[in-house]
Amino acid sequence: MRRIALQMLFGDSAKFYGILLGLTFATLLITQQSAIFVGLMTRTYAMIEEIPQADLWVTDPTLQFVDDTKPMQVTALDRVRSVKGVEWASPLFKSILVAKLPNGGRQLCDVIGVDDATLIGAPAVVVEGKVEDLRKPDAIFVETRGARKQLMQPATDDPNGPKRPMQVGDVLELNERRAVVVGIAETRPSFQNVPTIYTTYFRAIGFAPANRRTLSMVLVKAIPEQNIQKLKERIEHETGMTAYTPEEFSWKTLNYWMTQTGIPINFGMAIVLGFLVGVAIAGQMFYNFTLDNLKYFGAMKAMGSTSAQLLVMVALQGLAAGVLGLGLGLGLTSAFGLSIPAERLAFKLTWYLPLISAAAVTIIVVGASLLSMLKVIRLDPKEVFSG
Amino acid sequence: MSGTLAIEGHGVAKTYGTGDAAVTALRGVELSANFGEMVALVGPSGCGKTTFISILAGLLSRDGGSLRLAGIDPDELGNHERTLWRRTNVGFIFQQFNLVPQISVVENVAIPLLIRGDARKPSLERAADLLQQMGLKGREYARPNKLSGGQQQRVAIARSLVHQPRILVCDEPTSALDGDTGQRVMQLIREQGCRVDRLVILVTHDDRIFHFADRIVHMDDGRVTRVTDAKIEVAALRAVVAAEENTE
Repeated sequence: MRRIALQMLFGDSAKFYGILLGLTFATLLITQQSAIFVGLMTRTYAMIEEIPQADLWVTDPTLQFVDDTKPMQVTALDRVRSVKGVEWASPLFKSILVAKLPNGGRQLCDVIGVDDATLIGAPAVVVEGKVEDLRKPDAIFVETRGARKQLMQPATDDPNGPKRPMQVGDVLELNERRAVVVGIAETRPSFQNVPTIYTTYFRAIGFAPANRRTLSMVLVKAIPEQNIQKLKERIEHETGMTAYTPEEFSWKTLNYWMTQTGIPINFGMAIVLGFLVGVAIAGQMFYNFTLDNLKYFGAMKAMGSTSAQLLVMVALQGLAAGVLGLGLGLGLTSAFGLSIPAERLAFKLTWYLPLISAAAVTIIVVGASLLSMLKVIRLDPKEVFSG
Repeated sequence: MSGTLAIEGHGVAKTYGTGDAAVTALRGVELSANFGEMVALVGPSGCGKTTFISILAGLLSRDGGSLRLAGIDPDELGNHERTLWRRTNVGFIFQQFNLVPQISVVENVAIPLLIRGDARKPSLERAADLLQQMGLKGREYARPNKLSGGQQQRVAIARSLVHQPRILVCDEPTSALDGDTGQRVMQLIREQGCRVDRLVILVTHDDRIFHFADRIVHMDDGRVTRVTDAKIEVAALRAVVAAEENTE
């Protein structure tokens, strides 16, 4: 009877493809929108993940998220260094500055200044050049996405002619100061989607407009065996600043974007819409499919099928439609994600997103199946005599 | 088995609903029938035929009277036991065939065997044998909607007989068919369905097929009003028709 149940489903091609289309589309919409949302949210704290050496990030107490830099006095660095349990503390500069490009164009850039001595905070994956080259005069690194996109330069003397990515040797201006590209680095895409420029801390201060407070953050490494939470409490107590573990800082940043912006609502609506599409198309069609077949279920019931046998048939039909719809939807979502480069779209299909989609499809299919099953259970077999 | 009682019903009553909304469908039906017989239930719409065959098929419980079907009272069985009893003992031919359109003819015929848990392969083989007997060799793997109405009803007959039931219930089996096809279908039911150990109950409005039955049970207003020998009744009907033709 199970095989017959599946044949009944697959044999009614119009309804089967309708159900499949509904479930596939719902899965695609739910998974794709969730993946873009997760991708975007992950990018909000990409910088924190880029600097894995730090056990703690020390910031101004009023800072709300990683890009919300509230400059501190330079003395804050020494105060942190003096806290017991700190192995090293490095300054970090971070600010959005306008770069004047070789072709005369201007572009907002995220400028990060790392410790001059240790270069802690410099990009880990270098595509061209050496990190140590940052110590050369006027040296900067640019990251690959920016180099290939917003920082593209004319390949010939013709400013309207073909363009090439920014490369080592190119010279730009930051706040009317000369900056020479000495390396290209691969970094995680950031939420703000502006090119990131790396340089040393003191050079970055020079690039930025004059400001009494120049220290954006302090990166802290604890001595071995030091309890990080205790060190964090000590730093906060002794300096009056706030210290975060990388996880806490990431969550704080994520929480800001989740609660203080409309992004989750927008994506949430798209995801709910996907679910409703699934309910409206697939759920409704599956229910209608069962209604259409009710007279055959009634005939089977008259011929001696138990309600349990018929329920297994309906459940199997729901399961088959659900698995196929989910599989196709996830496949299409993956293909979508693979076909669009990361610099163009924040797309991150994590392991739990297919599970969320599976749960949504299960709710749609189980809901429609339960309604259908109620019809089958209540089916009066003598109705088959009604003609 | 011929001559042994297949149905013994006394004062069978059934009422739908309660209070002011109550509708009495059967008001004390008296009927006995033997294995080996084909009994036609006839009467106007609303006379209680459908309710009565539903009770005879074990699909509906009665409210009053006594009834024994092949030696047992279906109302003494629980719901599940009654379903299992029906699975083994009753075959159905429906007015609208009720063949599942998405599966092949042979699979449709095998459904009663698959319902009771028989293995698929021997079930299909047995169904194919029966289809051959019904003159449908070569159409086993066709979809029902590719067959004519007469062929579909032959498939339905095969399905009703494949598990060798003791009671065959035929609900208006010719109403969806033209006259000639209806005659051929009834001939097939008579040839393949009637056996000494089986009772065939036929519900019909079509007096052109009365002659296939052994007895005709007339019902009206929830009661059996008379039971006649089909041959005598058919002869009388033909005499009336001939007289009318002569008058014209």
